[in-house]
Amino acid sequence: MRSRLVPYLQTGPAMLWLGIFFVVPLISIASISLMTGNSIAGWDLTWNFSVFPDAIDQYSPQILRSFLYGGISTFIALVAMYPVAYWIAFHGGRRKSLFLFLLLLPFLVSFIIRILTWQFILADDGLVIGTLKSVGLVGENAHVLSTPTAVITGLTYDALPWMALPIYVAIEKIDRDLVEAAGDLYASGYEQFRRVILPLSAPGIYAGILLVGITNVGDFLSAQILGGPNTTMIGNIIQTQYVQNADFPVASALSLILMLGLMLCVFIYAWVFGTRTIQEYA
Amino acid sequence: MAGRGASPGSDSARPVRSRPWSRFVLPVYVTVVMLYTLIPIAVMIVYTFNKAPNQRLTFAWNGFTTEWYGKVFQVADLTQALWHSLEVAVISSIIATALGTPAALALARRKFRGRGLIDLTVITNLTAPTVVVGASLLGFFIALSIPRGITTILIAHVAFNIAIVIIVVQARVSGYDESLEEAAQDLGASPLVAFQKITLPMIMPGIFSAFLLSFALSIDDYIITSFVAGQTLTFPLWVAGAVRVGIPPQVFVMGTMIFVAGVLIAIASLIMQRRSERNLARSDPASRATT
Amino acid sequence: MAHEEARGAERDPAWIRGFTQPRLSRRQFVRGAAGAFATIGLAQLIVACGLPGTRDTGAPADFDWPAWWKDQQQNGQMNFANWPLYIDTEGGRHPSLEKFQKETGTKVAYRPVIQDNAAFFSQISPVLQAKESIGYDLIVISNGWQLTQLMANRWLIPLDHSRLPNFKKHAGKIATDLTYDPDLTYCAVWQAGATAIAYDANQVDEPIDSIEALFDPKYKGKIGMLSDPDELGTAGLLALGIDPETSTYADWKKAAALLTKQRDDGLVRQYYDNGYIKALQDGDLIVSQAYSGDIFQSQNSGYPNLKFVIPKEGAVLWRDNSVIPLHAANPVDAIEWINFYYRPDIQALIEDWVNYMCPVPAAKPIIANELDDPDVAESPLIFPSDEDIARLKEYPLTETLEAHTQWVGLFDPIIQS
Repeated sequence: MRSRLVPYLQTGPAMLWLGIFFVVPLISIASISLMTGNSIAGWDLTWNFSVFPDAIDQYSPQILRSFLYGGISTFIALVAMYPVAYWIAFHGGRRKSLFLFLLLLPFLVSFIIRILTWQFILADDGLVIGTLKSVGLVGENAHVLSTPTAVITGLTYDALPWMALPIYVAIEKIDRDLVEAAGDLYASGYEQFRRVILPLSAPGIYAGILLVGITNVGDFLSAQILGGPNTTMIGNIIQTQYVQNADFPVASALSLILMLGLMLCVFIYAWVFGTRTIQEYA
Repeated sequence: MAGRGASPGSDSARPVRSRPWSRFVLPVYVTVVMLYTLIPIAVMIVYTFNKAPNQRLTFAWNGFTTEWYGKVFQVADLTQALWHSLEVAVISSIIATALGTPAALALARRKFRGRGLIDLTVITNLTAPTVVVGASLLGFFIALSIPRGITTILIAHVAFNIAIVIIVVQARVSGYDESLEEAAQDLGASPLVAFQKITLPMIMPGIFSAFLLSFALSIDDYIITSFVAGQTLTFPLWVAGAVRVGIPPQVFVMGTMIFVAGVLIAIASLIMQRRSERNLARSDPASRATT
Repeated sequence: MAHEEARGAERDPAWIRGFTQPRLSRRQFVRGAAGAFATIGLAQLIVACGLPGTRDTGAPADFDWPAWWKDQQQNGQMNFANWPLYIDTEGGRHPSLEKFQKETGTKVAYRPVIQDNAAFFSQISPVLQAKESIGYDLIVISNGWQLTQLMANRWLIPLDHSRLPNFKKHAGKIATDLTYDPDLTYCAVWQAGATAIAYDANQVDEPIDSIEALFDPKYKGKIGMLSDPDELGTAGLLALGIDPETSTYADWKKAAALLTKQRDDGLVRQYYDNGYIKALQDGDLIVSQAYSGDIFQSQNSGYPNLKFVIPKEGAVLWRDNSVIPLHAANPVDAIEWINFYYRPDIQALIEDWVNYMCPVPAAKPIIANELDDPDVAESPLIFPSDEDIARLKEYPLTETLEAHTQWVGLFDPIIQS
């Protein structure tokens, strides 16, 4: 029953959907990035490749900042959520799904509500900063909102469940007997974790980093609402160029640059950590 | 390789041998993280009881009232927007899970020509900034004269959820030993039965997580939806628009209702699980050992 | 339809087809918005040589509008796109719209879909460019680059003022003295407002009365500016004592330099869209650029400490305009509604709920007496005195794409650094 057609039948419907509603529109982006013109006279395809170096040149601070913020928030989310995913998978018992669901629950409420309440909590005289000020732990002028810290905090917060779920899925399938056997072999729990659990959960980490990292590098809402001067990310620029300035070629070029940068990161990650190999051994 | 032969379904429910670290430190940490994610929800719930003389929500405390719960469906467009959101989230995650799961199975277990291309498409779909996805899709719909509305929102949401489903389910399936399924087939089970009895239970947690993720991403999406929505408003679109002039307290009440509905579903599933466990324990004494 | 043949001969037939057959376009009824990339079709993808612009996609310049209006009739329905919470609302219903239906028989489908001028424009422009109906018969849009484009592309239907007796009788100076549409060809003001400054009285020693407060190192890190380049730029111009309306490119550059310095000195906490209200309420800001209606609402919902001032250097007056988009299926119903809301009693209903600046001065006594809401009637932010209006300035007229690009090119990089 190993018909060669099977994988195509399995992937076919999904790929058809993505092909029509994602790839085709995306190709148009590539061609638009090479056009010149304006919204009144229209744009012509002039194969204007200089748009790419120009855009990188003009927006390199925002591009680099996006990868920095995205990277930091992804790393924090990974470190914070790995133990949570681990505990739910190994010690959640029969209530594992329940715990996962609870973790995800705040994210069914619109992002605007979450951000509004965070703004309130983190306000200069609000619950957190206000209290710290009155105790004298931070200075009178201390604030979190409108700083890079606020943007990264916002990005990290929104990433928490997206990081936990795939890691949980990967850990959950690890063979218990294997872990027990490792426990007998290595005296310390640390060794057991490092040599067995961590490598076996690598595909989940990979998926979590993909999900969170990519979303966060391309995000613009956090920077727009929680950020201040000099926290603009590339997503904000793309948004403005599309919607406000109708400069489609620059917006398209920046989109492609962002996507290529992200894909480069994905491939470097896969290359350095050899995700495929680990998957095959696991 | 020890334990390859163990049934994966029952095995995964068994806790790993406990150490003090995982018995005390970890549970406390997990609780703290969970509470942290719930902070905004707590604030939201508290402020649904705040008086709002201007029908706009404020964080200044104007006095206690339950008025807004009685008037929750009085902002007609908002109610409609909430229904749209739920409708889109449910249907799009079902479609995306149905399409994405088989694709993930194929990608995780088979080597076939064109696999690289599919991998690339999935990763590109994930790496595409939402602004780009929204704007390019819109152009596509207009070019084909497809009227924008709930259908186009649905199409767009499925398009971004498929890749998520594929990634999550793939993480679950990859490395999973196929010999079990093959053994079942050798023993005379049809491929379909073998899939149902062996593979499906094994990958079910992956499918469940993927569905949850899709649902949550869909119900919270603002950027892509704003491009393809046409005259249809979803909950995030309505709320984002209303922020300009101040949001009515009903928004927080609806958020609270979504949250409470979620908690109730969780409790219900817990009770049902308990009951089925009790039944199981009565009929099969051996299973007691693992719970 | 005789006029169709008569005029169709010498004009672009495609345009005429789309335009003179409202019923056909209603059948196609583009249910909603479109987007930035609207014009990219599959065909174009394959040909892949360009995207069309907006040039020559509007009504012909010499189109005989009076004759056209004569042929139009009331259809008993209309689609009205507005901003959220921008009309009187009671228990989920809109009394003014219900009154309109009762008196004229026209049922209004009211859609609060506009959240941002640029975003809304980017949704409707591809549809208009394709010479199709956007599905709305009336939209509300602020004066600015998007409205300028709608007018310049002739994507709007000129108002038939013979059908607007109430406008003629009751429209105040705010609604009749429009620099961007001096002959009132297209625009009927829905609401207006001032962009000036607001401050937190709890955090300052003396009342603020000058725009210089926005540049005062005393308030370093507690100053809010708006993220709309039009608003930011005009604040810079006003601070330099330049009248924005008559300002030149050289002035803009000076303003940009001033605002860049303001940012680099760490004075600006954030460039806000509408989040400044919350930041003021939470005490994160001491002084900020602000829109008048927002502050009035804050004062009445637990924040009496927030003050709105029109600084001595002046402030800018913006207006949200009702306009009828080209290809609208129900233009008569739309214009009747405009006429209807210029009736003082109807305006009073809307104004008492919306709280921005009122285009109908005669609504004031009705709000004060019949609706018994002196707070609103006496507010200078809703019914400004002539003296206040005199201090309100107009935005710079960036009527060409070049001027607009220059303006945005100067102020966008300040906001998005």
